[in-house]
Amino acid sequence: MSDTAMPDPAVVTMTVNGESCSAAVEPRKTLADFLREDCSLTGTHLGCEHGVCGACTVLLDGRAVRSCLMFAVQAAGHEVTTVEGLSPSGGGLSTVQQAFQDEHGLQCGFCTPGFVVSVTALLADNPNPDDDEIRDALSGNLCRCTGYQGIIRAVRSAAETGHAQRSGPSQQQVSAS
Amino acid sequence: MTTTANVGRFMGQSVARREDPRFLTGRGRYIEDLRVHGVLNAAFLRSDIARGRITHLDVSAARELPGVHAVYTAADLNDRVKETWWNMAGPDATYPPKFALAEHDVRYVGDPIAIVVAESRYIAEDALELIEIDVEADEPLLDPVANAASTEALVHPELGTNVPQAIPAAPDPELDQIFADAAHVVTETFGEHRYIQVPMETRGIIADYDQVSEQLVIHTATQSGHEVRAFFARLLGLSENKVRVIVPDVGGGFGLKVMSMRDEWSVVLAAMKLGRPVRWIEDRRENLIAGAHARDERMTISCAVDADGVIKAMKVDHLENVGAYPYAASASSGGMVGMFVSNAYKIAKVAYSNTVAYTNTCGRAPYRGPFLMETVGPEQMIEVIARKLGLDPIEIRRRNVIAAADQPYALPSMLPVADVTLAETLEQAAQIIDYEGFRREQEAARAQGRILGVGTSLCMEPSAIAFGALATEAVTLRMEASGTINCVLSSSSTGMSVETTVLQLIAEQIGCDIDQITFLQGDTSLTPYGAGTQGSRSAVLYGNAVHAAAVELRAKLVAIAAHLLEASEDDLEVGDGKVSVKGVPDQALTLGQLGATAYINSDALPPGMMPGLEVSSRYKSAPFTFSNACHICTCEIDPVTGEVQILRYVVSEDCGRMINPKIVEGQVYGGVVQGIGGVLYEHMPYDEAGNPLAGTFMDYLLPTAAEVPDIEIGHIESAAANPLGVKGMGEGGAVASPAAVFNAVADALAPLGIEVRDTPLGPSQVVELLRAAGH
Repeated sequence: MSDTAMPDPAVVTMTVNGESCSAAVEPRKTLADFLREDCSLTGTHLGCEHGVCGACTVLLDGRAVRSCLMFAVQAAGHEVTTVEGLSPSGGGLSTVQQAFQDEHGLQCGFCTPGFVVSVTALLADNPNPDDDEIRDALSGNLCRCTGYQGIIRAVRSAAETGHAQRSGPSQQQVSAS
Repeated sequence: MTTTANVGRFMGQSVARREDPRFLTGRGRYIEDLRVHGVLNAAFLRSDIARGRITHLDVSAARELPGVHAVYTAADLNDRVKETWWNMAGPDATYPPKFALAEHDVRYVGDPIAIVVAESRYIAEDALELIEIDVEADEPLLDPVANAASTEALVHPELGTNVPQAIPAAPDPELDQIFADAAHVVTETFGEHRYIQVPMETRGIIADYDQVSEQLVIHTATQSGHEVRAFFARLLGLSENKVRVIVPDVGGGFGLKVMSMRDEWSVVLAAMKLGRPVRWIEDRRENLIAGAHARDERMTISCAVDADGVIKAMKVDHLENVGAYPYAASASSGGMVGMFVSNAYKIAKVAYSNTVAYTNTCGRAPYRGPFLMETVGPEQMIEVIARKLGLDPIEIRRRNVIAAADQPYALPSMLPVADVTLAETLEQAAQIIDYEGFRREQEAARAQGRILGVGTSLCMEPSAIAFGALATEAVTLRMEASGTINCVLSSSSTGMSVETTVLQLIAEQIGCDIDQITFLQGDTSLTPYGAGTQGSRSAVLYGNAVHAAAVELRAKLVAIAAHLLEASEDDLEVGDGKVSVKGVPDQALTLGQLGATAYINSDALPPGMMPGLEVSSRYKSAPFTFSNACHICTCEIDPVTGEVQILRYVVSEDCGRMINPKIVEGQVYGGVVQGIGGVLYEHMPYDEAGNPLAGTFMDYLLPTAAEVPDIEIGHIESAAANPLGVKGMGEGGAVASPAAVFNAVADALAPLGIEVRDTPLGPSQVVELLRAAGH
């Protein structure tokens, strides 16, 4: 037995995208690895594994967190939403996702899930952000392809669409394109 | 020359990207998302000494750790290395090392020494802690100038030199006479610091060898699947048909992911030796310190200038620090820079010399516009000349620029330049940014003690690089019996929207919707040979290959329809998913009917026509297709913090006919922000012991949404001399932007008596410049 051996795995259970997910994992396993390996949800990406790039952003009880900086055991009993959980169940794109496509807010797509989650959280907190608030909210996510131009426009556009939907008759939360 | 209409049903339209829905919903499949049965995970022991001799290496404790399957060192893997060369660089390229892992000594911090293969990356990293290693450190060789002059202290002792490549200045009495007679001779040296590619997805590879069928399958995040296949077949001494490279979605490349490096070789060698699939996903620290670096060059320019500010001749001396193991030969840009260093200007005589030096630092790879000193040097220089002569920087460009009337124009390197709109983009950018208005605003601000500047950069990009292994690209278009279409392309897109743009070109010709077309790339067992997505080649090479195939397929569809409808081909039109008689819409055959005829009812085809609807086309391009742009930006500098804030950023660009304007603009935005980041934020410094000092994103500062300005773009569309009229533009944004930002800062600081020569221009450097000038 090596002195680097880890404590025995413990069963961790959490709700991911509305479904219960359980696995026996080492205490040191990150939430990101739990989601990717044990829940087979590979939309959550790892771009730095030290909490700067934001590609691994998920919602924990509705709040945006870096899943590379949390252990899976810390999320036990909580509700996690990944990018896979944001689109309408019947297919199509959410308002935020649709805005990213319309405004060319992505190129290689690797950082995109983190941005989509961060923007979804931003607009839930602040449905009508001004430009400074948008830039500030996005500053925790890195993108290397777009120069952020299309992303910033996508947030403005998604906020406008959300506003129109709230004041419109349908009260629809997502647009099924 | 045939050209399509400027804007068609798909051509010239900002069609929404086909790639987007899967990326937006988390359904992209990148290298780390792939599941290969029985795969093991690799991690590397890397040197934390820049230069030294390995005196002790013991991996036995690491091998004993439960969950570890193998720990390999040079002694286990290096004798399996056969040949190590690339199609692009050729078999005689300078020093591709013949070893994967560091054998007797280490040559940079990050040098791979051992590979651990374990059940999980967690366990593999545990095992790294158990490896015993002693390295007797030597003085690191970090100064490229000193290294170039030395034959004693060598980065690679077996080579006998630190200079893998040099271009001496050719004696030129005529040029010397021009300098002797010149009204002004202006000389300046510019240093461009080390800043790097940093795709958001790091490198990654999975090697899976089946010992029974002797088939090696490599999944890897690459820009060039066929290069990777050819390389590994030679590395292992396997017949090329025994190697299959499959490229998943790739999270950005920017030059880093064209060629595999020594760590990736080690993964493949380990998988072969162990007989198990092995996966390695580079972590961010590895990516930053040991992946590959870029830039890090100096250029001294002398210009002979007449009394009117016309540049008559130019001498350029260029030094490149390529680290220890530059990938694919020397990674020098000298050959390209030497041909194009007169940039946008009518400079009759140019003398260019170049020295490339190894150092004990991370090796260099191309980074978006690897030859950008051909623009950065002259663009920074022309504003120095303008200041010396008291000329406006826009005006001096007007006096020197290659104008429409000058074309075709032969560069001093004898390369012909045509179809560029340098003067037009200069004027358009100046007009969009209201250059005169800004100059007035700047003067008023200066009177209040504020520091404002404006910088310009003209760029003539030798895009669509197409010679040697890069000369051609190919496609196979196959319409099925149902009328739907398969497009199989030689590309390996890493984010540049190749899928969407080529589907637009097909749909334009065939008259179908793009959702009737499926697209396949990045599998060497299925796709034709190609050099991959690099060198701003995609629109010109893939675009014209696909266009030619679609035109041919369309012609066959029309021929079948004419036969079946008993009409003349000239009377038919293609569109809305059918071929119909002009003016008689109910006399039509759908694509599905035509497809069924070609395969299932082939007796109904015109006599002698080959059944089926399959077209293969390979397009060979001219060696270069010039695109051009003018960038102008304004900035304000905080005199206390030294922070440079970009106020406005304007690009006027001409990439020929645009296939998809939104995608064009996306490429410009991304390139510009990489240039802004490069000058103002990003820096990979080394300390005197050869330690890289930016191993995390807390140290290596990528620009965020909070820093970048709104970028304003004007387009000029002048057709290039190819069937689509397109020009490449993937790199131009990153090529032109560094000099625009540098020039804006230099312009802002010039009235304070400060000459800016080097980048980066972060707050600390700007404060130092201010302080040194007594401010």
